[in-house]
Amino acid sequence: MDNFFKDTPDFKFHLEHPIVQKIIKLKERNFEESEQFDYAPLNHDDAIDSYEKILEIVGGICSETIAANAESVDIEGPHIENNEVVYAKGTTANYKALYEAGLIGMSLPRKYGGLNFPLLTYVMAAEMVSRADAGFANIWGLQDCAETICEFGSDEQKEKYLPRFNRDGVTAAMVLTEPDAGSDLQSVKLKATYSEEKQIWILNGVKRFITNGDADISLVLARSEENTSDARGLSMFIYDRNNHAVEVRHLEKKLGIKGSPTCELVFKDAPAELVGKQRFGLIKYVMALMNSARLGVGAQSVGIADAAFREALKYAEDRAQFGKVIIKFPAVYEMITNMKVRIDALRSLLYETTGFVDLSKAYGEAMKERKLEKEERLEMKAYEKLSNVFTPLIKLTASETCNTIAYDSLQIHGGTGFMKDFPIERIYRDARITSIYEGTTQLQAIAAIKGVTTGVFLEQIRKYDSEVLEDNYLLKGKLQEMTLRYEEISEKVINLDSIELLDFHTRRLVEMAGNIIMGYLLVLNSQRNESFTKSAKLYVNLVVSENIEKYNYMNNFETEDLALYKLENSEVLETTI
Amino acid sequence: MRPLKIVVLAKQVPDTRHVGPDAMKPDGTVNRGKLSTIFNPDDLHAMELALNIKDRVPGTTVTLLTMGPPKAADIIREGYYRGVDNGVMISDRRFGGADTLATSYTLVKGIQKLAPFDLILGGRQAIDGDTAQVGPQCANKLKIPQVTYVEEILEISENEIIAKRRLEKGVETVSSPFPCLMTVHGSSPVCRSRHAKNVMKYKYARTATELRSADEMLKSLHEKRPYLTIPEWKVEDIEANIEKIGLAGSPTKVKSVENIILTANEAKFLNESDADIELMIKELIEHHTIG
Repeated sequence: MDNFFKDTPDFKFHLEHPIVQKIIKLKERNFEESEQFDYAPLNHDDAIDSYEKILEIVGGICSETIAANAESVDIEGPHIENNEVVYAKGTTANYKALYEAGLIGMSLPRKYGGLNFPLLTYVMAAEMVSRADAGFANIWGLQDCAETICEFGSDEQKEKYLPRFNRDGVTAAMVLTEPDAGSDLQSVKLKATYSEEKQIWILNGVKRFITNGDADISLVLARSEENTSDARGLSMFIYDRNNHAVEVRHLEKKLGIKGSPTCELVFKDAPAELVGKQRFGLIKYVMALMNSARLGVGAQSVGIADAAFREALKYAEDRAQFGKVIIKFPAVYEMITNMKVRIDALRSLLYETTGFVDLSKAYGEAMKERKLEKEERLEMKAYEKLSNVFTPLIKLTASETCNTIAYDSLQIHGGTGFMKDFPIERIYRDARITSIYEGTTQLQAIAAIKGVTTGVFLEQIRKYDSEVLEDNYLLKGKLQEMTLRYEEISEKVINLDSIELLDFHTRRLVEMAGNIIMGYLLVLNSQRNESFTKSAKLYVNLVVSENIEKYNYMNNFETEDLALYKLENSEVLETTI
Repeated sequence: MRPLKIVVLAKQVPDTRHVGPDAMKPDGTVNRGKLSTIFNPDDLHAMELALNIKDRVPGTTVTLLTMGPPKAADIIREGYYRGVDNGVMISDRRFGGADTLATSYTLVKGIQKLAPFDLILGGRQAIDGDTAQVGPQCANKLKIPQVTYVEEILEISENEIIAKRRLEKGVETVSSPFPCLMTVHGSSPVCRSRHAKNVMKYKYARTATELRSADEMLKSLHEKRPYLTIPEWKVEDIEANIEKIGLAGSPTKVKSVENIILTANEAKFLNESDADIELMIKELIEHHTIG
């Protein structure tokens, strides 16, 4: 059987990135925990060795258990019994395998039973799990909630809830969305009232589209402040399933990720604990939670893309038409090679972003224990800034690209791909949600545009450029030219001083920056490992023309034309009648 | 229920599923250097059965016992990664070349050193020899009941263990008093995966032999964490009779090894009558398949 870690050398490569040294140093604080915990690393190399060994366990479970169960989970799906969710048999087996291997709560501190692994390794695991079964990745990936409790919960809450993840294998859920509060979470209505008599918070109301809604531990966004209607009236709560005060009313029937239960929940006088401070629910805690979830979707998308690519390759090498295997035809090998090139690019961006998030979080943790040096504080700020714009960038690009790759992979399968005979049919359906949940592509673009307007992207591009060796002058030249064009057009759009116009071109600008960044990352990768040379060249070639197209579109765009895009109600009716 | 003391017998075997052209030496013996080694698959099932009992009966301990060359310490490490409590190596050049008789003698001497015990578990057979003899021979030498082909443990009580056996034409439920020996069938549950924390805790576990060529860091780590040193028993440690071990203790001699191209494509079914079996033996002798 394949091992998803061993058959993807990129993971090892990204673990060798210079930034990892810094992350480990901060997270392991001179490796002092090795005195206290027999499984803590002794030094840097030991830590890396442990990461690789543990990721190999994940890779084995992914191929032998999770991927093997993916089809049956897709068919069986979860169901409701006595107001509770019952997973598909394969889902239960998958979770059990990961739990028994000690892989729940990977990035939690050791004192809470976790492995204290950097986010980087956790995201790699998430990518593999998603390649095996994207729907299942949601259930496993919701251990992110533990991170949020760890970051913002009280010591008492941490002691109470966190050890349960690794020890008992509890599941988690983030309970945010409501029928009238999807992308716009400030309209959340679920009511939280404080009972003076019982000295606890009580939740009442309905939540909808909740992934893994019947989890053991839920983080719930609720309105704690009476007579408010905006974000500042919302707080975050922990609800423990052992209270049996939430009814699962309905499970959604979905296009894809069918193994992951999407629940409608009714809270009936459900006791809950406040996390952190009142009123900070959405503006602080959910934002943090969403950021890790977005990174999670980035990993999920790369995993799906990889699965789709491998299916395409396998099929094209095997399927013969007109007397030869179809991979010999230019139209097919172009698609397949471009898949690989794009995956290399996405993965580079994914782990670059994860490194930024890891470092900013590690500094955050260190700050709780000691005063940071001035230099450290500056660095923390810089990585926070980068995380804030790179996270939506990876979510946007990876989710959109994984859909394209799944589309092309199905195309390569021909008519057979449209049938349920091959995994690509499921992968294609599973891919579709990635550009929607945890903030749509359109919302990611709005979050990432700050990277364009504040110059964070440009600054980072310049930094990459300074690291490109002269040997790579050809690609460097192309990337510099792309950067000039990007700089010119973003300035032009921004200087037109129309928020609406900027909004209109937002995605184009963000994608232009993303293309340049990924181009540089691949070139820099190729300097560390020759196996990226081909991808770097082909990727830059691809995006040079993509960026020219976007540049031309924006450059020729007349602000007045915006009006032409606006459809009045009557006009819509006229055209549809 | 009182906690049990379980000993699991496991063997490191050549990975016969991935055999290259140079797997055999011209003299007909296995070219071990050319084959990667694995945990004998049936023994992994036995280990899972033991760990499952450990889950069910609190306080139960599982000790993994293996005999083999220094490299077989991999088996003990693998056992630790998956949750066994202790591991012991029987390793000494003088044990080399053992057939099933000498192997079972040696293992029994090791088991006796680990006594008292309640249950000995081993795989049904090893993929390099396919004899399925070592388990039964051990039981015989230890003078304890044996249950072969075990698929599942149905019940464990104070004085009795009830197991389901997987037979060719069905299943059989049998009970045995303690202590007893069971050989485990490949149809039993697959062994659990490695546990992340165990892997990190035990990855530096080494035998004294391995430690000799290790760096200083590892040596000092073993001083600080004695549990990392895997006991390695020599002939004297288990008080084995030198006549009964290794080549000297092995009446089995390989006469020659031939490459056989299998051409028959149908199986022959026999009735359980003595007459049929006798006929089959005659046929096999005639064709020089045995004899």
